[in-house]
Amino acid sequence: MSRIADTFTELKAKNEGALVVFTVAGHPSPEESTKVTTALAEGGADIIELGIPFSDPLADGPAIQNASQRALAHDITPGDVLEMVRAFRGKSEIPVVLMTCYNPICQYGVGRFAADAKAAGVDGVIVTDLPPEECGEWVSAARAEDLDTIFLLAPTSSTERTKKVVDLATGFVYCVSRMGVTGAREDLPPDLKNLVGRIRRETDKPIAVGFGISQPAHVAQVCRIADGAVVGSAVVSLIDKQRGTADLPQAVAQFVGELKAATR
Amino acid sequence: MSVGHFGEFGGIFVPETLMGPLTDVADAYESARRDPEFQRELSYWLKHYAGRPTPVYYCRRMSEECGGAKIYLKREDLAHTGAHKINNAVGQALLAVRMGRERLLAETGAGQHGVATATVAALFGLGCDIYMGEEDVRRQALNVYRMKLLGANVVPVSSGSKTLKDAINEAFRVWMATAETTYYLFGTAAGPHPYPTMVRDFQSVIGREAREQMLEAEGRLPDYLVACVGGGSNAIGLFHPFLDDEVQMVGVEAAGRGLATGKHAASLTAGSQGVLHGAHTKLLQTDEGQIKPTHSVAAGLDYPGVGPEHAHLQRTGRAEYVAVTDDKAIGAFQALTRLEGILPALESSHAVAYAMELAARMPRDRVILVNLSGRGDKDVDEVRRLLGDDDR
Repeated sequence: MSRIADTFTELKAKNEGALVVFTVAGHPSPEESTKVTTALAEGGADIIELGIPFSDPLADGPAIQNASQRALAHDITPGDVLEMVRAFRGKSEIPVVLMTCYNPICQYGVGRFAADAKAAGVDGVIVTDLPPEECGEWVSAARAEDLDTIFLLAPTSSTERTKKVVDLATGFVYCVSRMGVTGAREDLPPDLKNLVGRIRRETDKPIAVGFGISQPAHVAQVCRIADGAVVGSAVVSLIDKQRGTADLPQAVAQFVGELKAATR
Repeated sequence: MSVGHFGEFGGIFVPETLMGPLTDVADAYESARRDPEFQRELSYWLKHYAGRPTPVYYCRRMSEECGGAKIYLKREDLAHTGAHKINNAVGQALLAVRMGRERLLAETGAGQHGVATATVAALFGLGCDIYMGEEDVRRQALNVYRMKLLGANVVPVSSGSKTLKDAINEAFRVWMATAETTYYLFGTAAGPHPYPTMVRDFQSVIGREAREQMLEAEGRLPDYLVACVGGGSNAIGLFHPFLDDEVQMVGVEAAGRGLATGKHAASLTAGSQGVLHGAHTKLLQTDEGQIKPTHSVAAGLDYPGVGPEHAHLQRTGRAEYVAVTDDKAIGAFQALTRLEGILPALESSHAVAYAMELAARMPRDRVILVNLSGRGDKDVDEVRRLLGDDDR
């Protein structure tokens, strides 16, 4: 079992949902990003998702696009992100998932990236623009290194696609709550329960729901119907607001603490 | 189970949220393609609305000036709206209507595809949103106003480099959330499957007509086909019907201020393999895989990727790709205007520039066919500015 799968199992035994928190590595600056990652762990995140910034993120809304641009202004590379994970591993055993578009991995070298990610202490990777149709080379490389391959499912994914995706997914299945880009929303989609139910019919693997989940109340609702909730843009926006201030890590830890409390 | 590949290039590298919408378009296109009624309707609109067939024209004075091979132009500049973009816009708009969609969504760089899309939206009574980088909105004010006159909503895109690639990003992002009612009318033979194939098919009318017209005019096929390549739709449209013939093909990219300066848009000539906008193709990127800013005097060539079928034709050696600088393109713009009374688009001027050099090296009994993909009225202000700078 992977560290990610173990985390879901342990939380389930405690009747808790998993809080997955996404930030962009290197945002707002490399130094602050390192502190933020530690603050996520201290605040109570169960799984940390670190985004490798890409110049043209197709699935991201303004908050994560801007954060990626800020990180890229500091010349953050995939190698730097792996270095951040390695440093974090000296302090914490929380599972770390990298989230990225495929091109940075292609240029790094698919096999080399998988090996270096594993060596740095990464547990799983989400490649947002790699559907089952194109994932062959990546999945082989990740399997060879025992890295979890996390895939996304969308409200428009057919039953046939859902079966394919849950077969390929290890660690957890990422359920995209609604059509459209990442970004904080006021409400959860009304049909979310059915969406998760459709995936649940095809798999026993943990299901985490993301996109638009921005408040403790959302996390609480999601954890009643799924195994975990992913919060990204809301945390990224908070980081953006607090950037350059000494309060940044504390503010992040506190918000993550409030989100985590909602999983119980 | 992979689809839409050209050798090792192409494919469908998109978030799961786009797989459903893209599959719907691919399925609808596959059924439309085989439907004689759809093809009959497409032919009707191309003939009576877009003004096809466009002629091929022998450039007598320009050929004499170059002193070598005969230069012919395929006059896509004479098509309605002034460029080849209308061929694809009509085809995809018919598909959108067939799919019951109410709005068209498109990206545009120079504005030619935006104008073509706004035009077919008006023609078929559809809503229309055009995404355009803020920088291009500024550079192409005339086309922005044309789109507005046609009833389109022009949305400036302020993310990233504020040019075509960012307009494409934004259009895909919006489409993800609106695909149930909206059709994404992609403008070039790039992007994820089915666009490279579908756009090529709709643009292949250029090559099919040109093949017959050259046989009629010269009693044989041309020795060379020359076309400019940004995303590559006019070039693949000309090339594709000639792939099995003994005809050499040259795609001309934008060398901008020179390949050595880094300020160019020559993804085939000077780029490397990677994944952008849903396709494995050739890109201008950093060693870490970040997409680089590009430059060309021709906004329609100012794009860091290229259609995957061109990457494949380059790899197999079936077509050759070269790059022409801003200065040479402007020189060709002036030459064609003065020698033939034809104002070419700055994009097409790149192909004309290369053809003039090629013609000079070839004997007089050889024939070069250049795709004059668009007319240059939209570029008059830009050319005036650039030539004014030179005079100072």
